[in-house]
Amino acid sequence: MNPSLAVYQGMKQAGIDFAASVPCINLQQLLHLVALDPEIKHVPVTREEEGVGLCAGAWMGGKRPALLMQNSGLGNSINALASLDLLYGIPLLLIISHRGIKGEPIVGQVPMGRMTPGLLDAMQIRHFSPASAGAACETVACAWRLAKSEHKPAAVLLDLEFWRSI
Amino acid sequence: MKRFEAIALAAEVAEERHALLISNIGFPSRELYAQKDRPQNFYMLGSMGLASSIGLGLALAKPRQNVMVLDGDGSVLMNLGTLATLAAYNPENYLLVILDNCCYGSTGSEPTCTSLGTDLAGMARAAGVRIVSVVSDAVGLHNALLGRGLVLAKVEPGNADVPIIDLTPHEIIERFMKCALEAEPS
Repeated sequence: MNPSLAVYQGMKQAGIDFAASVPCINLQQLLHLVALDPEIKHVPVTREEEGVGLCAGAWMGGKRPALLMQNSGLGNSINALASLDLLYGIPLLLIISHRGIKGEPIVGQVPMGRMTPGLLDAMQIRHFSPASAGAACETVACAWRLAKSEHKPAAVLLDLEFWRSI
Repeated sequence: MKRFEAIALAAEVAEERHALLISNIGFPSRELYAQKDRPQNFYMLGSMGLASSIGLGLALAKPRQNVMVLDGDGSVLMNLGTLATLAAYNPENYLLVILDNCCYGSTGSEPTCTSLGTDLAGMARAAGVRIVSVVSDAVGLHNALLGRGLVLAKVEPGNADVPIIDLTPHEIIERFMKCALEAEPS
């Protein structure tokens, strides 16, 4: 299965109906699918932290929110994830393109790429890395169920090998 | 106009308009809580800069529910992208009130760039926000609070002598969401 379609189907299975996003080249197709979906309110934002705020407001208004971003954006969001989502117990599905690890051609991605799992661990945000498109749909749906039941964000990390998988 | 008075007026109009009210971290939330606590108030205890974004997400999720945000100059300067996103979506049910006291009022009144002439109303217009007003007295503020878009209210520096909020984050969000979700359907 196409990796972008698998993630999208996981979002649909989870009932995600609000998505904030900052683009990554690997999210291009997924963002296109989300933007075309009349059941998902898609809000491109200027910075990932702003997306955390929008998604928190959307949750309080009855939506099921997801934030789509590159892992560089995790660094831009840490205070908001902690002092908004974790403080108040707000669920959020984080769909993260995980750059800077095996196969990364761009050196600037490497420091944040290596640190990403550790940063999520430090915040006690559970994260899952589906190895292939075949597993992604269920992983994404599961991550949302976990976010909702634990009243906090949960993350799906999608690395370069994932995007190359079929 | 003192910020304390501006917040009292905003709280009164929010109640009249059945608006959900998001209030900024620090003294603004404390001043609101001390004067007019309502379950429809969301007191943002952390995440400086994001009051406007939380309100915008809520307004987009509940298009028939009025949403009002009490923000500050220092906080908006921290999240200027919010002006562009607001301009892009421009919901009819959203009003961003920037209480501009030209300083970081909750940390010791250190000056912000608005004290040196940075014009947040001009920046909002340049970002594409269509309805922007600037007010400096209670009559002007009252009129602006009945509208939508963005209002920049010039207020004096200084905080009222009010205690910290004795609600837990869980209590704040639980009662707020009860109101938000019981209100008119999205």
